[in-house]
Amino acid sequence: MDNILSVRGLKVDIPLAAGTLHAVRGIDFDLARGETLCIVGESGSGKSLTSLALMDLLPKRAQRTADVMDFAGIDLQKASNRQMRKLRGDRISMIFQEPMTSLNPSYTIGDQLTEALLLHRNVGKAKARERAIELLEKVGITAAASRLGQYPHQLSGGLRQRVMIAMALMGEPDLIIADEPTTALDVTIQAQILRLLVDLQREMNMAMILITHDLGIVARVADKVAIMYAGEVVESGLSRDVFINPQHPYTRGLLRCIPVPGRTRPGEHLGSIPGIVPSLIGESVGCAFRGRCDVPNDACGGDIPQRFDKTGHFYRCVHNNAQPEVRP
Amino acid sequence: MAKTVETVIRELSGPTPGQIMRSKVFGHRGLMIGGLVLLFVILVAIFAPLLAPHDPYHQNLMIRMRPPVWYDKGTWEHVLGTDHLGRDYLSRLIYGSRISLAIGLIAALISGLIGTAMGIAAGYFGGKVDMVVTFLINVRLAMPVVLVALAVVALFGGSLQIVIMVLGLLLWDRFAVVMRSATLQLRSMEYVTAARAIGCSTRRIIFSEIMPNILNNLIVIVTLEMAHAILLEAILSFLGLGVQPPTPSWGLMVSEGKQMLLFEPWMITIPGVALFVLVLAINLMGDGLRDVTAPENRN
Amino acid sequence: MLVFTLKKLGLALLVALAVSMLSFALLYLSGDPAAAIAGETASDSDIEAIRIFYGFDRPLLVQYGEWLFNAVRGDFGQSYYFQLPVGQLIADRLSVTMILGVCGITFALLTAVPLGVAAAVRPNSLIDRVALFISVMGQAMPSFWFGLVLIVIFSIQFQILPPSGSESWRHFVMPTIVLGYYAMPGIMRLTRAGMLDVLSADYIRTARAKGASEMRVMFKHALRNAIIPVVSLAAVQMGFMLGGSIVVESIFALHGAGYLAWESIGRNDLPTVQALILIFSLFYIVFTFLSDLLNAWLDPRMRVG
Repeated sequence: MDNILSVRGLKVDIPLAAGTLHAVRGIDFDLARGETLCIVGESGSGKSLTSLALMDLLPKRAQRTADVMDFAGIDLQKASNRQMRKLRGDRISMIFQEPMTSLNPSYTIGDQLTEALLLHRNVGKAKARERAIELLEKVGITAAASRLGQYPHQLSGGLRQRVMIAMALMGEPDLIIADEPTTALDVTIQAQILRLLVDLQREMNMAMILITHDLGIVARVADKVAIMYAGEVVESGLSRDVFINPQHPYTRGLLRCIPVPGRTRPGEHLGSIPGIVPSLIGESVGCAFRGRCDVPNDACGGDIPQRFDKTGHFYRCVHNNAQPEVRP
Repeated sequence: MAKTVETVIRELSGPTPGQIMRSKVFGHRGLMIGGLVLLFVILVAIFAPLLAPHDPYHQNLMIRMRPPVWYDKGTWEHVLGTDHLGRDYLSRLIYGSRISLAIGLIAALISGLIGTAMGIAAGYFGGKVDMVVTFLINVRLAMPVVLVALAVVALFGGSLQIVIMVLGLLLWDRFAVVMRSATLQLRSMEYVTAARAIGCSTRRIIFSEIMPNILNNLIVIVTLEMAHAILLEAILSFLGLGVQPPTPSWGLMVSEGKQMLLFEPWMITIPGVALFVLVLAINLMGDGLRDVTAPENRN
Repeated sequence: MLVFTLKKLGLALLVALAVSMLSFALLYLSGDPAAAIAGETASDSDIEAIRIFYGFDRPLLVQYGEWLFNAVRGDFGQSYYFQLPVGQLIADRLSVTMILGVCGITFALLTAVPLGVAAAVRPNSLIDRVALFISVMGQAMPSFWFGLVLIVIFSIQFQILPPSGSESWRHFVMPTIVLGYYAMPGIMRLTRAGMLDVLSADYIRTARAKGASEMRVMFKHALRNAIIPVVSLAAVQMGFMLGGSIVVESIFALHGAGYLAWESIGRNDLPTVQALILIFSLFYIVFTFLSDLLNAWLDPRMRVG
């Protein structure tokens, strides 16, 4: 399959008074049309910065470098501001975490939905409106035409996130980046929104990067998974490989934290990973996870081997299948 | 692991709040400069009789409008020259600082008392009290300050006391507005609710729970309103309806110098600069205090 | 929206009523207005005659009612000094003050808003520092002194602008700068603070993610939201400025309503002073009322309810 997005050695550095914060430390991934990549990690692992780096929307102080950053044949590193602007909102779209504050309070839903289309495509207002109605219906909003005249504050959080999704899909993008799109929503709404997003992604055959800290979501929607810890991808691969045969102790720790219906008894102790994430300021040597790992040894302080198997299952650990498979 | 623990400990054993506050106050350039200049003016005002080389009221028509020392005709006898009645300009400037400071301070205290009482009452009791206070604030804001002050001073005569009273009674609006919203915020805080729940009297809650927490705001506004009052006094005196001659008010000095604008521009420059520097210093201090005490800057 | 408008209108009318009472009360603060008109040399019988002529012998409430009733119709009584209807006197002078006020607020907005935006876009940059410097200077500068300094520079030194009068647009240049500079610091600071606040908002990131240009992000998405409080402030400042025109007009001898107020206070011409206080207050009330409506129009969240 042809990859629409290829990233090698992506780094994000933020210079601070106390030293340089290496927030993203050289990560790699590939994504093809129709595929969903889930980037999983706890807060501060660099997953959101990774997505902003792809969009070239990092905070001003942050610096982005990469060996390869190729989107549909365009070198994103060499793209000018103008070229990036043309991609954003047209071929690459983004959905943010906070639907309550991600819409401009001063403009109607209609204005905001059609803005990207009017900016990028040579279409008239009427045509753009038509498309907006079509997409609002697609994301399951009733009375779509009348919603166009409403303002964000008149909509609930779930509706706003549906609007955000519709907005991202207006130009039928090749790649959609969703940064924790359901975190701020009620649990009942979360599942609906996620289902909707995945269905639309399949239907439109888009590539999707879904950023989340919720492995439950990943198991249901991901084709590929990348587990991030302290700015590095510690394990990645096809979703089923990673879930069935997790190699990195961190991944295994994360999986232990998920209750499994029918298997986890009420009151049973769920797993947890003790310790805190190390400081990301300055260079680090060895495995960043070794302070929290349940199977550390002396080699963890040295160079960490990067291991691949033939399916592309990758992990970064001194243990080579040392642990028996953990099967639920 | 060891490294991380160290970082945490370092973060936890940082400077104490007092140390932070001190370093902030001394590290804030505007606050330091403003404070020092204000201190200087206060000292000048206090020790005016010792510092002034001449009697500020003593006229000598033989030496009218001598220019300051840096002009060709200037003399060291009258460093800043003499005015149209031959009075020593430096001495008048020094005594003028008393007028400005007294008016600024007392007017700000009077209006502070009125405005704070109204603001706290409105914020704490809400409902009808709040409606009445808000209405009064609106009425007060609608009145043109300079015009009303001028009219009242004209009716009662321009003595220092009258000017102070008029300004004190006119400038309470900002106190009321800020104190009202500050109290409103505090009222819904848990510790105030808790105090009410354990049956503290209203008086006790206002004085021991609310007052200490709005003190920072209050000090900032006192400084800003002080500057405001000083400027207004100068305006009134300049327009001839504030402090009356021969009292040495800086505004009045500018007004007297205005007649000689064409030939002796230094006569307006000197008191104008004095006024400007004083107000600037107080404003810098007020802004600095606001920066330093702002809760979001505190940790 | 209608409820909102009516509420604001009701409040505005109540404030206007209160202000009218206060300006009416001013007449009696002085003690006996009849004695004031008659002057120091008048005999008791003269004062009595004046009292009856002006109707000061009637109950206060009746006098107030009559004054207010007439004032609503634009009749503010006779000027003691000019012996002309006050309403006409003020109407003749008001245009100068209005021109000055409009020029002043326009000057303030045109300088303060761009400067505030630029300062917010690059915090701590040179332009931010310059903007801060200008605003700190403006807040401490006594307006009358600033006016005189301008006269010394532009009328005496370079002789390019006339120092006084109101015959041509050139007469308005310096007064506009003085009056505008008075309103500028507040507007600039609020614009800067508002822009800083808005620029860190999530919807700005959304706009960037749509591929909007920086200009579009700044002006369409950010400024539109940051300008809302600035509108209120500008209206308030406009009200203050008309009240403050008394200073500027007296320095530059612009014969507007402010100048009339100054003269009338000096002449003890109370009906004129009363009327001017009321009119300046009404301007403030009208401006704030209009700004409330404008705000509601700009901010959809305020429109509902």
